[in-house]
Amino acid sequence: MHKEAAIREPLILGHKTYHDITEDVCRPIEDKAPRTWYILFAIALIIGLYGVGCILYLLGTGVGVWGLNKTIGWAWDITNFVWWVGIGHAGTLISAVLLLFRQKWRMAINRSAEAMTIFAVFMAGLFPLIHMGRLWLGYWVLPLPNQFGSLWVNFNSPLLWDVFAISTYLSVSLVFWYIGLIPDFATIRDRAKKPIPKKMYSILSFGWSGRAKHWNRFETVSLVLAGLATPLVFSVHSIVSFDFATSVIPGWHTTIFPPYFVAGAVFSGFAMVQTLLLIMRKAMGLEAYIHTKHVEYMNIVIMVTGSIVGTAYITELFISWYSGVEYEGYAFFNRATGPYWWAYWSMMTCNVISPQLMWFKKLRTSLLFTFIISIVVNIGMWFERYVIIVTSIHRDYLPSSWSMHFPSHIDIGVYVGTIGLFFVFFLLFARFFPVLALNEVKTILKSSGESYKNAPDEHHDAPDPVAHKVVSSADEQPVVEAPKAEAKKELTAEEAAAKTSALMSKLGEGSAENKDDLKAISGVGPVLEGKLNEIGIYTYEQVSKMTKEEYDLLDELTGSFPGRAERDDWAGQAKELMNKSNS
Amino acid sequence: MAADKVIYAMYDDDDVLKNGAKKLVSKGVKINEVFSPFPIHGIDPIIGVKNTRLGIMAFIYGLIGLTLATVGMRYFMIEDWPMNIGGKPNGTYLENMLAFIPITFEFTVLCAAHGMAITYLIVNKTLPGMPAQNPDPRTTDDKFVMELRMSENDGFSSSELETMLKDTGVIELDQKEI
Repeated sequence: MHKEAAIREPLILGHKTYHDITEDVCRPIEDKAPRTWYILFAIALIIGLYGVGCILYLLGTGVGVWGLNKTIGWAWDITNFVWWVGIGHAGTLISAVLLLFRQKWRMAINRSAEAMTIFAVFMAGLFPLIHMGRLWLGYWVLPLPNQFGSLWVNFNSPLLWDVFAISTYLSVSLVFWYIGLIPDFATIRDRAKKPIPKKMYSILSFGWSGRAKHWNRFETVSLVLAGLATPLVFSVHSIVSFDFATSVIPGWHTTIFPPYFVAGAVFSGFAMVQTLLLIMRKAMGLEAYIHTKHVEYMNIVIMVTGSIVGTAYITELFISWYSGVEYEGYAFFNRATGPYWWAYWSMMTCNVISPQLMWFKKLRTSLLFTFIISIVVNIGMWFERYVIIVTSIHRDYLPSSWSMHFPSHIDIGVYVGTIGLFFVFFLLFARFFPVLALNEVKTILKSSGESYKNAPDEHHDAPDPVAHKVVSSADEQPVVEAPKAEAKKELTAEEAAAKTSALMSKLGEGSAENKDDLKAISGVGPVLEGKLNEIGIYTYEQVSKMTKEEYDLLDELTGSFPGRAERDDWAGQAKELMNKSNS
Repeated sequence: MAADKVIYAMYDDDDVLKNGAKKLVSKGVKINEVFSPFPIHGIDPIIGVKNTRLGIMAFIYGLIGLTLATVGMRYFMIEDWPMNIGGKPNGTYLENMLAFIPITFEFTVLCAAHGMAITYLIVNKTLPGMPAQNPDPRTTDDKFVMELRMSENDGFSSSELETMLKDTGVIELDQKEI
């Protein structure tokens, strides 16, 4: 078993059991959505639909509705493309790179971070597609035999590399994400009571049964996919940066771009993860799983990648002067002091100064501060792309063609619309999908769960989480000892009959016709259900009337697992189940 | 096949199950299957589950992708329609290979990842619409079930097996004819 230093802060706070983890993650899915969810969803949907409207107008009218001109042929849309792809990088980094580094803290956040990745890449992919103008001819980017003789797409072009990189990245992330989701969907399937969700989740879970061999394959597949996704994530943003770096535009033509873009992507992606998770953990009550330590770890990543980005900015400045190329020098001089100085200095402040504040432990463990910085970073990273793209081309070699870029309201509408759509997707994810990787979190419960970590060493082998709860009744026994107690005595037939009638007089008669599914009570399995039915207990109503006295009678009758019914609070569970089936 | 009897032993802790399995196996009991809500590390060698070869398959799929990308780009860019960019014609594949590396890499990853994922789903028989086969719905929550088949344990009677199982800290026992 994986062992962890005792001084390391536990990753799962509180005294959780395996069942608690399932409950905590599944409850938001099974309960009715809170009102705030509907409000947020409506807002996101309205913004998203406005964006869709702008896109339709664009497609109907032409790319001329954007604020582009002869000098600035690429501006707003490509900025948004790079911004969204960059945000996507954190999810893969968390689920793949941190898996290879055996970082257990990733387990609480990888599911939602990867959902974010997929939705962000959806949004990113939208921009080059709509920039094609004739969206319906988008398949022309694929190397297909065509009516123009043997003309193929240009495999020398970074734009085509992008097509392959982004589509590979999106589909591999999707597969990686879904393979992890299958066992968790199975958990929801097996808990589902209503027929429609049960059907839905049983289709989604692909009939997963949790066999030992399947888990063995599952772990290998996860590891190999992580191994594949790791170089993939680095290649994707490198290739995005080649779109610029392979051109001969001053300000773009630099070899520093690939590492600098990748660092920037991880930087902005982690910031977006922070923004989303800080809200989600509160809204869904997941504070025990995603807590300050996780936030602090992510802030450290933000600090490191932010410092790489800052170093790259300064290197770029230095080289533009040191190279002696006056055009290169002017491009950077113009960025800092030209008409777009405000964009440049916003980028510098947000991306170079703000991550340095994370050196202070007080700040990087403050949730409010983290939340603010996470938004600041994403604003900064948007400006970074805008500065690189627009300021490098708005003043080209020919001063007579110098120009300015001003976004049109369609530009802004499409961008804001993608943010809306992104949140539509993310809110749907949070509502219907397990937001925590259940099966993974359960594997670290014993090594990083608070109740196990603080227990003495021998408890690691035969842990009994129940023992850590407040024990009120003296006759409560650990589960492991139960079978010994069972052998103790056998009841005679008369005694059993007497006890049965004593028990039944208190609980009231039930009949097999209107029987409830007693297996829904935690602690009752098919065998025990059969025994209960034999005695005459069929309904939740009967079970809900049980008290200590009846539990003892029942224990003597069934002869199995004394104390269990009381500890699991069957009566309380049955009451809840009654309320649920009545409502 | 003749009717077979299956014993399901349920545990509520992975380590208890693992220790129990070790004890049973040392007595010569054959454990057919273990159902668990998450991977129990170290259970595979105990119950005789061999390590998967999916990793090797991924490598083979990757090689297929690498070959396809190389052959494809050589055909498109060198043979079928050699491009002349700035007076520098595409000569041989090797001379132009640098520009082809990104797509070769992406396509290799694409084939390896999807090939392995599809193989994984097929060999697991986990495909959309497949029925769930876990014996108890709680095995995807917090319970662990060990499955023993009578046909594989000729040397033991079912009551002997049950007595042995009870010594391992089982919380529920169930039997089924299949």
